[in-house]
Amino acid sequence: MNIVVLVKQVPDSGADRNLRNDDNTVDRGSANNVINEMDEYAIEEALKIKEAHGGEVTILTMGPDRATESIRKALSMGPDKAVHVVDDALHGSCAVATSKVLAAALGQLNADLVICGAESTDGRVQVMPHMIAERLGVAALTGARKLTVDGGTLTVERQTEEGYEVITAATPAVVSVWDTINEPRYPSFKGIMAAKKKPVQTLSLADLGVAPTEVGFDGATSAVVEHSKRPPRSGGAKITDEGEGGVKLVEFLATEKFV
Amino acid sequence: MDFRLTDEQAALRESVRDFAREVVAPVIAEHYEQHTFPYEVIRQMGKMGLFGLPFGEEHGGMGGDYFALCLALEELARVDSSVAITLEAAVSLGAMPIYRFGTDEQRATWLPKLLSGEALAGFGLTEPGTGSDAAGTQTRAVLDGDHWVINGSKAFITNSGTDITALVTVTAVTGTNPDGSKELSTIIVPTGTPGFTVAPGYSKVGWTASDTHELTFDDCRVPVANLLGERGRGFAQFLQILDEGRIAIAALAVGLAQGCVDESIRYAKERHAFGRPIGANQAIQFKIADMELKAHTARLAYYDAAARMLAGEPFKRQAAIAKLHASTIAVDNAREATQIHGGYGFMNEYPVARFWRDSKILEIGEGTSEVQRMIIARDLGL
Ligand SMILES: Cc1cc2nc3c(=O)[nH]c(=O)nc-3n(C[C@H](O)[C@H](O)[C@H](O)COP(=O)(O)OP(=O)(O)OC[C@H]3O[C@@H](n4cnc5c(N)ncnc54)[C@H](O)[C@@H]3O)c2cc1C
Ligand SMILES: Cc1cc2nc3c(=O)[nH]c(=O)nc-3n(C[C@H](O)[C@H](O)[C@H](O)COP(=O)(O)OP(=O)(O)OC[C@H]3O[C@@H](n4cnc5c(N)ncnc54)[C@H](O)[C@@H]3O)c2cc1C
Repeated sequence: MNIVVLVKQVPDSGADRNLRNDDNTVDRGSANNVINEMDEYAIEEALKIKEAHGGEVTILTMGPDRATESIRKALSMGPDKAVHVVDDALHGSCAVATSKVLAAALGQLNADLVICGAESTDGRVQVMPHMIAERLGVAALTGARKLTVDGGTLTVERQTEEGYEVITAATPAVVSVWDTINEPRYPSFKGIMAAKKKPVQTLSLADLGVAPTEVGFDGATSAVVEHSKRPPRSGGAKITDEGEGGVKLVEFLATEKFV
Repeated sequence: MDFRLTDEQAALRESVRDFAREVVAPVIAEHYEQHTFPYEVIRQMGKMGLFGLPFGEEHGGMGGDYFALCLALEELARVDSSVAITLEAAVSLGAMPIYRFGTDEQRATWLPKLLSGEALAGFGLTEPGTGSDAAGTQTRAVLDGDHWVINGSKAFITNSGTDITALVTVTAVTGTNPDGSKELSTIIVPTGTPGFTVAPGYSKVGWTASDTHELTFDDCRVPVANLLGERGRGFAQFLQILDEGRIAIAALAVGLAQGCVDESIRYAKERHAFGRPIGANQAIQFKIADMELKAHTARLAYYDAAARMLAGEPFKRQAAIAKLHASTIAVDNAREATQIHGGYGFMNEYPVARFWRDSKILEIGEGTSEVQRMIIARDLGL
């Protein structure tokens, strides 16, 4: 099975993250950049399928030059090769444009199965899998907590707030996964050494036949006009229990509309 | 002249660091408290290839080198020493002698499961009556037909009694040399061999989530084919193994020393006294600066010893210096980190309390500080 995993490089969600003041985009220059956490689960799932059924796993990333660090790290977990879409014109791309570029790249890769994270920790729009599936004209099985492959049939347990739904579809398809699906492996030294030698193909917008005007700020369907830091946390309310602590707690929850 | 890591070495360090924080840290305090062996953590360390780090791929190893092992030990010990010593003993005392001196058959029998971490091996040198002075070995092995018959006992043997321990390699007197000294050899004794008894675990001050036992051999018979390396070369062989092992212990000690810095910085920012963080006091800042200084210089010492060893140059003195210095400063840093934590530093649930309890053995195991000084002095021609 030919599997492509979408991997996005994002600023470390455990550290301080900022938006740039000049163009309101994510500040990727100053942050410690890592693989989007959910995408590590997508990679693990792809590797497990390959180990069970054979095939090939390709990493696909759209991002600036420095995303190579994350591509190498992704490859050190075990995938066979990577494709990196990099082009100066991509800076400022909206979700719609991103899906156009990723779909164009996928069009060249002939994937039976595309696996991605259910959301990124920076953009968090949760729409990439749907948009890409729509563009490719294939099924989108989103929010998976379990994925089974039986020949050309995919079965997914789709996590919902109430429980889960069971969905099946034929390949080719796009599956997005939550972090409940598996436990991603840690890169071994052998994997790290092997990653050095694995092919990473870079593609420009021209290679994909996408016009620069369709992406970046020019092609954005929406724009971030302004941003400001979340106000620092206020001190909170301290309730001392003098016999009616419980009542006060409930009153607090009610006024803050928590209940 | 460059001690910066390659991209691959840095990636390995990062991978082990993530593992230590995400997998080891959450569960280790409980194992430490209960004196239980963390099988699940060890299994996962095996899965990520840590037990195969310095071995060739032809035996199921990772194709790395001894320095890669040291980097992994440092990052593990930064979080916990029990799992680090389990790895160190399994690799440099357990598997390495078989890799280095074993026959093709011994390697084929044992290395695949040892290098994958599915099985552990111990190395029994120390005896109840003798440690530093290996010539005092009392355990005997006598040839009887095509078997060695072993009698004696060993003390403080790491990884010798876990559910996954496959074997213990023991040093034993197998005769007398022409000059009248004892002929020492090393012999592989598989777990479960009749006459080989593993005593219940010790009650230890530290390393409580690692496995240490006294072993007795009572007419324990193993095939002659279990002799490891040449007969009578046992002493020379284990000295070579111990020289390397010292670099690994130094790396482990540096990890503990760095863990003390990590925890102290965090606590100094968080804990308030007299209306401000304790870290705002220069007395605390200087303590932490000194701790960082010590961890850093000890790291350079083990990097240097490892570089010499990998270049095929003599490294005995440098390995002894690295081990002596790193273990000394590990004890220093553990003491200061505990001090910075005040009363909480004396509570077992705080990592620094574990560091404190785990630090002392570093000045004793795999050659005491006195023995390291003897090695350095001898190498200086004294
Ligand atoms: C500051 C800021 C401003 C923004 N401004 C706009 C705007 O003006 N208009 C607008 O429409 N959108 C805007 N976005 C959204 C932004 O374009 C999206 O973050 C981006 O398109 C990718 O979507 P996502 O990461 O949220 O995807 P999600 O749908 O949350 O991600 C799901 C999965 O898709 C995959 N994936 C996502 N991106 C990539 C990638 N580049 N390469 C490989 N795989 C990937 C990963 O597997 C990921 O786990 C903005 C985002 C930010 C943070
Ligand atoms: C938790 C733990 C795990 C261990 N794991 C292993 C293992 O896996 N395999 C193994 O073989 N051993 C193991 N050991 C044993 C350890 O290596 C020995 O304890 C150590 O080498 C010291 O030997 P000893 O205890 O017999 O002390 P001794 O040799 O009796 O020394 C006592 C003291 O005298 C000093 N001394 C001795 N001779 C001299 C001299 N000539 N000049 C100056 N001072 C001297 C020593 O430095 C020390 O301070 C382990 C020990 C512990 C506690």
